[in-house]
Amino acid sequence: MNPDASDIPEGVVRLPTVSGAGGSASPSDLAELLKRSGRGDEAAFAELYDATSARAYGLAVRVVRNPNQAEEVMQEAFLELWRTASRFDSAKGSAVSWILTLVHRKSVDRIRSAEASTRRDTVWHHGSQDVEHDSTAEAAQASMEARRVRQALDSLTEVQREALELAYFKGYTHTEVATMLDLPVGTAKTRIRDGLIRLRDTMGVGQ
Amino acid sequence: MTESLHALSGAYVVDALDDTEREAFERHLPGCLDCQAEVASLREATSVMADAVALAPPESLRASILADISTVRPLPPETTSTTSSADVVPLHRGRKRFARALAAAAAILVVGGGAIVWHPWDQSSSTTQLSAADQVLAASDAKRYSIDFNDGSTATVVRSANEGKAVLLTQKMAAPPSGKGYELWLRDKTGAMKPAGMMTTAGDHKVLLEGDADKATGVGITIEPKEGSQAPTSKPIALFELGRTPA
Repeated sequence: MNPDASDIPEGVVRLPTVSGAGGSASPSDLAELLKRSGRGDEAAFAELYDATSARAYGLAVRVVRNPNQAEEVMQEAFLELWRTASRFDSAKGSAVSWILTLVHRKSVDRIRSAEASTRRDTVWHHGSQDVEHDSTAEAAQASMEARRVRQALDSLTEVQREALELAYFKGYTHTEVATMLDLPVGTAKTRIRDGLIRLRDTMGVGQ
Repeated sequence: MTESLHALSGAYVVDALDDTEREAFERHLPGCLDCQAEVASLREATSVMADAVALAPPESLRASILADISTVRPLPPETTSTTSSADVVPLHRGRKRFARALAAAAAILVVGGGAIVWHPWDQSSSTTQLSAADQVLAASDAKRYSIDFNDGSTATVVRSANEGKAVLLTQKMAAPPSGKGYELWLRDKTGAMKPAGMMTTAGDHKVLLEGDADKATGVGITIEPKEGSQAPTSKPIALFELGRTPA
């Protein structure tokens, strides 16, 4: 809400690394580090970890919520990253999105399997479902980059942003998102896609 | 159908598809350049979202991850230049290649119809004693039925009515889940599945199916406990329709 410096956990400040243009490790650096990791270069992998772990961990914490579980997700994801580093193809996307995709999937896998039964028992109160608004923008740091992200998110429609956040940060399926937001079945996926497209175009990423 | 699959790209990128939808989308993806491009570009947008929630992990995590990796050898690069269907989805889910093989086959791939008459290698090379499996492969009436999985593995059934036998050839088969194996089945014309052998390891195999194959109408592969089952307990990951045997 009011991200003045005192609100920012200490660790967060030293992570500016990969945050887009301002980061110290450029996308091509990361790709190079991945490539070297694939050849078994542990120092390169350590560097890669330092450059991406804050984003990866922040994402895992956001999705699974429990810091211990987030650490387990990180461990699994980075081990797999190490094993499969040679399979990375920079022609098909950036290194960081590759890494974060892996972390996100591991996170979602974890909550889905852990919560499958709980989830089924949950009764959705149509319309009265209190969708938590710990929005991305609020959590963003007060950096230039974060401001851009915030602006980009603000450019989405309310329902696009909510749908996107419920899916990406909370790990709900688009069908669940539709129910939670009282959208007709099948439209949440469209909102999610539209939101991502807008975000992509506003941020000028991914061509 | 294809239309609606396209629309899943965004939800796919944020892992908001259920298993069935994801499998359908991942089957669609290798053949759809538009979707591949969109998925790649939307992934970049999701990393932007992750930017906003960055949080430094505990220091101990670094040490423990780096200790972990030092005991594991990275996989070699993929050298087969397949149509890169598997690469489009650069990150497998935790269940690894097996899951992808399963996903690829989930809708029960049915290979039927235009069975290719397979011309075995030059008979002159078969003067040495052939194993039963090789005899099937070398039979003049051998027909082969192949299934390619998304992860680059393939399975081929070769059946010779003359020999009354069928052989399963696999290439680069993913390892079955621990404690499980691939069980092979011969389907008779009543539709009943008869156990025809087990494959419990990954890789390339040449397996002579147990039982008479000349009247079999299909060959199935299911995941079963290592020791095998008497009847399939799960949906086939692959089903080969063998068609009618020549009278």
